[in-house]
Amino acid sequence: MKYKDYYGVMGVERNATPEQIKNAYRKLARKYHPDVSKEPGAEEKFKEIGEAYDTLKDPEKRAAYDQLGSHAPGQDFRPPPGWEERFGSAFSFDDIDLGDLFAGLAGGRHRGRRGGQMRMPGQDYEVTAHISLEDAYRGTEVDLELAVPEYDEHGFPRRAVRSFKARIPKGATDGQRLRLPGKGGKGLNGGRDGDLYLSIALHPHPLFRVSGHDLFFDLPLAPWEAVLGATIELPTLGGPVHLKIPPGTHAGQQLRLARRGLPKPHAGEGDLYAIVAISVPTAIGERERALYRQLAESSTFNPRGHLMQEAAK
Amino acid sequence: MKIEEALWLYEHGEFSLDDFRDLSGLSEAELRELVECGVLTPIDPHAANLTFSADRLVIARSARRLRRDFELDTDAVALAVTLLDRIRDLEAELRDLRARLPGRQR
Repeated sequence: MKYKDYYGVMGVERNATPEQIKNAYRKLARKYHPDVSKEPGAEEKFKEIGEAYDTLKDPEKRAAYDQLGSHAPGQDFRPPPGWEERFGSAFSFDDIDLGDLFAGLAGGRHRGRRGGQMRMPGQDYEVTAHISLEDAYRGTEVDLELAVPEYDEHGFPRRAVRSFKARIPKGATDGQRLRLPGKGGKGLNGGRDGDLYLSIALHPHPLFRVSGHDLFFDLPLAPWEAVLGATIELPTLGGPVHLKIPPGTHAGQQLRLARRGLPKPHAGEGDLYAIVAISVPTAIGERERALYRQLAESSTFNPRGHLMQEAAK
Repeated sequence: MKIEEALWLYEHGEFSLDDFRDLSGLSEAELRELVECGVLTPIDPHAANLTFSADRLVIARSARRLRRDFELDTDAVALAVTLLDRIRDLEAELRDLRARLPGRQR
């Protein structure tokens, strides 16, 4: 069995009072609770904190934990002789998770999960699925691996790794939630199996920025394309399309390509927006320079005409 | 390997009060309290059998975790969930504004 330093996780001394343990838990929970935290790895950290607190807040569990002595976190250790008597029967500690063991301990005695009569639903799990924008567009399959406690014939928990593939239908976007019924922990005594909840996180895309099911990207135009209009080829997630740029298009203008965004799960699609930027060449030849000069001399266009007027008001 | 189908938790799906109780881990009484204080809105508040849109399950599960992990009463859960909802809306608005800002990849 691998040692877990519950006092270290909670950041309290081994002789901390129940009040100090509770205060430490509240402080850590505010920082790492997955519903309120933005800290990276908060979910995992909060699981550790919750497990530590569940044991240390219960005087009998804490006494049983204290009898294990102090070891380095993750170190393999054996409980002192007779320690396992509270669990009712002899068993091997080799591949047992300390947290699972204490979770099954109630009133100082092991509940014997499978032997009990109480119908208990399996535990739910939450997992973030990181997928690309292309995968969200087409739908995809993700490989999932979950270590869930399963109970042997004496009711002792063993961690079992369950691997499976899940299909994410097209229509996902950042932050969207999906549910895999029955893929969480096993229910006991006829209780329903837990569910697995997936939260979608999209990898940043080099071209497209995402808002809901709409996509945005920067469309650089040459000055003459913006003035004269043009028909240009654009990449979209569904393949290249042609877009007609109207004459007199200016920088910052959003050109909407209807239904070229991400598909929505129920029906329809988001839109794709091209945000116009006017791009100028950094190096030009003699002939181009001459043409720009000619244009400057013959044009009456003054892009800053309104500045002086506004300032004079 | 068998492929498991993931189901959307979106506004087009629907759960009964019984489904909601089983899936959220809240009791029926707790769910009704959250409905009364306006945190959970049923599809038809006057229906004899309450139903909820599936995306609300995220809120109900969040309420259950906050209640359990911070030992909150219903009013405190309602306040926390309302504020979290507002943060989610603001984050969505921020994402949208950032997506519309030219010249940066995010």
